[in-house]
Amino acid sequence: MVASTSASLRIDSRKFHGYELPAPGAPGHRDGARVGLERPLPEKVGIEASAQLRGKMATAGGGCVADPGSRSLLRLLSFCVLLAGLCEGNSVERKIYIPLNKTAPCVRLLNATHQIGCQSSISGDTGVIHVVEKEEDLQWVLTDGPNPPYVVLLEGTLFTRDVMEKLKGRSGRIAGLAVSLAKPSPASGFSPSVQCPNDGFGVYSNSYGSQFAHCRAFQWNKVGDGLAYEDFSFPIFLLEDENETNVIKQCYRDHNLSPNGSAPAFPLCAMQLFSHMHAVVSTVTCMRRSLIQSSFSISPEIVCDPLSDYNVWSLLKPINTSGTLEPDDRVVVAATRLDSRSFFWNVAPGAESAVASFITQLAAAEALQKAPDAATLPRNVMFVFFQGETFDYIGSSRMVYDMENGKFPVQLENIDSFVELGQVALRNSLELWMHTDPMSQKNETVLNQVEVLLSTLEQSGAGVPTVVLRRLNQSQPLPPSSLQRFLRARNVSGVVLADHSDSFHNLYYQSIYDTAENINVTYPAGQSPEEDLNFVTDTAKALAGVATVLARALYRLAGGASFNDTIQADPHTVTRLLYGFLVRANNSWFQSILRPDLRSYLGDGPLQHYIAVSSPTNATYVVQYALANLTGKVIDLTREQCQDPSQVPTENKDLYEYTWVQGPLNANETDRLPRCVRSTARLARALSPAFELKQWGSTEYSTWTESRWKDIRARIFLIASKELEAEFGSMAELLDVAGKGLNQLSVEANLQEWRLKPAFSPHCWPRACLQRA
Amino acid sequence: MTAAVFFGCAFIAFGPALALYIFTIVTEPLRIIFLIIGAFFWLVSLLFSSLIWFTTATLIGNKDEPREKYLLIFGVLISVLIQEMFRFAYYKLLKKASEGLKTINPYEKAPSMRLLAYVSGLGFGIMSGVFSFVNTLSDSLGPGTVGIHGDPPQFFLYSAFMTLVITLLHVFWGIVFFDGCEKKKWYTLLVVLLSHLLVSALTLISPHYGLNLVLAYIIMVLMGVWAFFVSGGSCRSLKLCLLCQDKDFLLFNQRAR
Repeated sequence: MVASTSASLRIDSRKFHGYELPAPGAPGHRDGARVGLERPLPEKVGIEASAQLRGKMATAGGGCVADPGSRSLLRLLSFCVLLAGLCEGNSVERKIYIPLNKTAPCVRLLNATHQIGCQSSISGDTGVIHVVEKEEDLQWVLTDGPNPPYVVLLEGTLFTRDVMEKLKGRSGRIAGLAVSLAKPSPASGFSPSVQCPNDGFGVYSNSYGSQFAHCRAFQWNKVGDGLAYEDFSFPIFLLEDENETNVIKQCYRDHNLSPNGSAPAFPLCAMQLFSHMHAVVSTVTCMRRSLIQSSFSISPEIVCDPLSDYNVWSLLKPINTSGTLEPDDRVVVAATRLDSRSFFWNVAPGAESAVASFITQLAAAEALQKAPDAATLPRNVMFVFFQGETFDYIGSSRMVYDMENGKFPVQLENIDSFVELGQVALRNSLELWMHTDPMSQKNETVLNQVEVLLSTLEQSGAGVPTVVLRRLNQSQPLPPSSLQRFLRARNVSGVVLADHSDSFHNLYYQSIYDTAENINVTYPAGQSPEEDLNFVTDTAKALAGVATVLARALYRLAGGASFNDTIQADPHTVTRLLYGFLVRANNSWFQSILRPDLRSYLGDGPLQHYIAVSSPTNATYVVQYALANLTGKVIDLTREQCQDPSQVPTENKDLYEYTWVQGPLNANETDRLPRCVRSTARLARALSPAFELKQWGSTEYSTWTESRWKDIRARIFLIASKELEAEFGSMAELLDVAGKGLNQLSVEANLQEWRLKPAFSPHCWPRACLQRA
Repeated sequence: MTAAVFFGCAFIAFGPALALYIFTIVTEPLRIIFLIIGAFFWLVSLLFSSLIWFTTATLIGNKDEPREKYLLIFGVLISVLIQEMFRFAYYKLLKKASEGLKTINPYEKAPSMRLLAYVSGLGFGIMSGVFSFVNTLSDSLGPGTVGIHGDPPQFFLYSAFMTLVITLLHVFWGIVFFDGCEKKKWYTLLVVLLSHLLVSALTLISPHYGLNLVLAYIIMVLMGVWAFFVSGGSCRSLKLCLLCQDKDFLLFNQRAR
């Protein structure tokens, strides 16, 4: 009984991002037992959990997996769902509550020193709803309203630092906050990130390049107000669905409005928000608590997990991944980042912050692979997509750490040069700026290498009319970039390509508004999804131009010369990727490039790019398979051979990665033509080395963790009167305390009885116990 | 207000049954046993009716609005039939048991069938009351109250009174039913069945709470009067009781004279 409850609780406490990789032995995986438990096989999860998960799975791209082999499984599952439905179909509860299904919570994240995010009390925070549409409405909530606490339904445009500070100052009157999406996005920009992202974890510090440390030169993200790095003591939810917002507003208008500012009569419309977080204070504290639990307890209650996922990487020419490269092998690295974030959990569209750049790099990888002499170039090219860069460079710091420790096939000294794509989709007048690091160029050789790098890029750009490459002033620091982590370890010659010369052009850096519209990806009305998928937007053309420049530059850097002008990135690839990542993941092309068991990961909306905890997110998988299909080769293997190519003498698992993908639909669109794709696209663990080394207070490596929780949900209902409810609340608490006391007493009594029988007399024990308690 | 609603509704629904239990049942262990067996029989009848309802629901499968409603009506009717069948089965069991009791203990009088009818009816009533109301009662603890979809806010109060009337009706039905069986007046069984069906069907017209409460209470009063006379009451004994001249009225009356 005890074991089963704890199992189901643990399943509840985590939202699933997908299947665990079948590598539980991966370092940093603290308790292997969890791997099995976390697999989202609903028939194992049971009624309670499946009811809990419904509605939440949408963001994680859940759904029914209808493999032909698993029909019976499906039936079992549907039976479970039916049972859950029956249990949940309490009609009285339906008379009282309206659950809000399309919400995203703000959750607690922790680093070495701080906690950020939000939380509710353990039984959820309830407050009378008040709609705040303009700043004057706040007056009612903060001072005038007679029925505190309030849950504020805040208009998206008012979700600013000013307003939030006011609310935070009166947190006794605020039970929680529900934020609606602003449409259109705020014109003046909105970025909950800080003005100097990833400060302290890049290459500049007070001891190295102190004039550049802490963005002293200038703030990269000027609109950043740092909201996402604040700690709030009340829950904050995002209302993603306009219909639900309207239902709440209607309830508010019906019950909570009174003529000329008098107190409205009960019953009042109220909202309850549940987002209780288990972890507190900092990563140091919560990891220590988890460790103590897992070393002593049979069913440990882990309180937080390190943010971690997988980097995606591939090589132009396959190498043996079971060993490491020879020191004189040269590799050109092309890097970009995969992830973004926003104020809310798992809402991270990151169109400009991440998606546009990694799509450009994918297109460049495809273009370069098509060069006729790609396999015979003197130097190799490595494409890396770093995960978790938003949270103090998790992916790149891990890769550098692995390279230093010989756990990665490519070593630091193999790196010939480093080309990184920053944000590239919002170029003014064709300019693409080349950012370099002034500190490393104090070294003469590095200076020369960078000079070569820049001129190579300029030559490559010369043949592309839509891109003009521009150099920057020598004394300008690098923007936040993965290159900084490599520079910390070694003076490599590197460049960061970006659309901005100083501060970001992106007005919505790491916010919920960093969507397709932000980078002008729009489609003519009235088209079918299939037409949209293949419609080449202007943004796609522009990004294809950048991809062409990148591919040609990499070709030259790798020592190629003869086919330079034939290398051309395909705008069709770019536009399909843009559509898939930013508009609709569940499209025919993404379906055809994915493994059959992953197809349910594709939802009808855009993919989210928040780094997960311990399992590849949907986006990571899609990037890996897009890379595999764009750079790989379809080879003639059966399904079994593809899944275990070691039986085929001509194939080598150390050189290549083999994937069995669904393939496109056949001519009459009934069946798919599955096939085997051979590529070099692989995943590499992106868990911060701080957790590998158990240095949870590290200032060298990222220490971000995500708190666990049991229950995240929101609902609205009517309350009859506030005072009595509070009274009852305290009564319930009293009962709870009394119950715990009784428990304690009985334990003590048992102990006493067991140990010193004569001392246990009905006259003395309660007082003695109370004193001890 | 949620706590007030909770306690108020709980006492309305279960107060009378609790009082009857304390004043008439607790006094003798045998009565407690028969009460619990009665409650158990009602539970088994619920199990059977829910099995039937569940299999029908899975067989039909489709979940559209009118069909669910018809399924619910069907479920209620089946449940009433099964409950009455179990009442009859319980009667048969008691019949055998009282003969057995006589042979075990010939010196003491076995409880009369009238008393057993009352005890078993109360057992049925308490169990059905608990099952129909406890879930609702737990929801009354809040934090919300009924009304967000425009339902009347007196829903909990209505449910409490409905539970009360069902509990008392089960007592009366038990008395009348057993008496009918004893005297082989089979039409009483039919009347009990029909009135049970009627009261259950009344709850299906849920928004008109006032109407069906009033009707249910009228039926309860009628059944109560019938049960009173069936169990040997008369105008005279009622008068004596009301004037407090016969203090042992309720208990005394139950003994076989």
